[in-house]
Amino acid sequence: MTKNKTKRIYMDHAAAAPMGKRVKKAMEPYWTENFGNPNALYKEGLIARNAVETAREDIAKILGARAKEIIFTNGGTESDNLAIFGVVKNFKSGHIITTKFEHHAVLNSCKQLEKEGFKVTYLDVGKEGVVNPEDVKRALRPETILVSIMYANNEIGTVQPIREIAKVIRDFKKKSEAKPNFSRFTLPRNGAGSDASQNFASPRLGAVFPLFHTDACQAPCYLDINVERFGVDLMTINGSKIYGPKGIGLLYAKNGIKLEPLLYGGEQERKLRPGTENVPAIVGLAEALKIADQDREKESARLVKLRDYFIGRLLGEIPKTVLNGHPTQRLPNNINVSILDAEGESIILYLDEAGVACSTGSACTSESLEPSHVILAIGKPHAYAHGAMRFSLGRSTTKKDIDYVMKVLPDIIKKLRMFSPVNISV
Amino acid sequence: MHPRGFLLGEPKEGEFDSYGEVGSLACGDIIKVWIKVDKETDKIKNFKWQTWGCATAIASASAFAEMIMKNDGMKVEEAMDIKPKDIADYLGGLPARKFHCSILADKAFKKAVENYRNNK
Repeated sequence: MTKNKTKRIYMDHAAAAPMGKRVKKAMEPYWTENFGNPNALYKEGLIARNAVETAREDIAKILGARAKEIIFTNGGTESDNLAIFGVVKNFKSGHIITTKFEHHAVLNSCKQLEKEGFKVTYLDVGKEGVVNPEDVKRALRPETILVSIMYANNEIGTVQPIREIAKVIRDFKKKSEAKPNFSRFTLPRNGAGSDASQNFASPRLGAVFPLFHTDACQAPCYLDINVERFGVDLMTINGSKIYGPKGIGLLYAKNGIKLEPLLYGGEQERKLRPGTENVPAIVGLAEALKIADQDREKESARLVKLRDYFIGRLLGEIPKTVLNGHPTQRLPNNINVSILDAEGESIILYLDEAGVACSTGSACTSESLEPSHVILAIGKPHAYAHGAMRFSLGRSTTKKDIDYVMKVLPDIIKKLRMFSPVNISV
Repeated sequence: MHPRGFLLGEPKEGEFDSYGEVGSLACGDIIKVWIKVDKETDKIKNFKWQTWGCATAIASASAFAEMIMKNDGMKVEEAMDIKPKDIADYLGGLPARKFHCSILADKAFKKAVENYRNNK
């Protein structure tokens, strides 16, 4: 390590964003001072209950939702699981549509469902990493229960046309509503008499399924997350990606959607998520969302400039470097490039030594030793994934930081290429 | 991270007796090594490597180079006995999941020796 360099340049905000000071302050009273269990009937309990429900209302307002449509979970992965299994558990079989470049929380949930007999369509995402709504339209079947497509990809930052996809699904439902066809639904698991089977007896069934879920973990700081405006039925949000606390997330589930819980226990969160509410984290999540909402436009505009400046310099100054994902239809803070003939883990370690933190799609850093499924999904060969570098900017990032990275990175790449036996053609 | 014993660019004509290469672009690690052998003593006179791969691949190539070039070069027979575990031990241990895929220097070296013996 370089001994005298103490300043760190953190460019991995998509992995974890530092919790904001205001968030920390908002949470402070709920650790020791107001520690009560929100389910208790006395004063301590009421204070805690009030904090949870105020947070829920504040969040609902930001999402354009109703308070009872917000379910607190322990994070993005749990919310994704609750959305998918929560819907699908009511069925014995059926069809699910998702994409090849979803977060593993969605992808591996779908893979599990395949083992349980469900059919899953994994949509291609094109060379630029943007789902074509026409592909969703073509994949929809009468037995489709759920469509799960992420709002913004966590690795390459590409923003998906959620509204257009929601419209495709809406139109599909309208058509099936006009021509009710009860045989399109497989028998619910619970058998006759359960809520689910009553659902199926309704002639309005065609208006309910498929449901549309989006994982919006990377979105709140930069994109519109008003569910009313884009017409999603289920949406995942995570605290630690938006300068909030870790271990907290939420699932928005539109009123009337019947979900089965993943866990069984008390009656918290409308029996959908038992366990004593994580009061400080819930308060922190609400505060983080409020700040994200207030700063969204200004921060996005600032970061878009920095992002494009950074991409321009990377592609211009490091030979054999290609951008992964759409050049503009991407998160304002996401830069993902493949630097050929060099390997990601080595780049990360050299950058770390120089004081810079970022991430890679290389297999070497994953537990499974599999390279990034996202880079492969956009049609790039393995070697591109091994050299894929993600820099995700944040509130603290300045142009000076980027200039520093561009001062050290070209030399690191030169060094690694110097003793690299490969020569990949672009 | 200060890797040692790597080759810059292409080798010069006659600089080495043979080379060996293992790994693939798909799995993410490729290593190529070159050897020069003293015909009288059967000692390794020169050993150089190039690696595209993770830190473990680079570190293990660098460690292997140090190990076999100590005391003016190891005997080929002796160097052929170096196991991945010896390289990992030399480095002070490696994570288990990195063991099989990233320690490739010994395998590349064996290929180089094989090529050398066949060409003699």
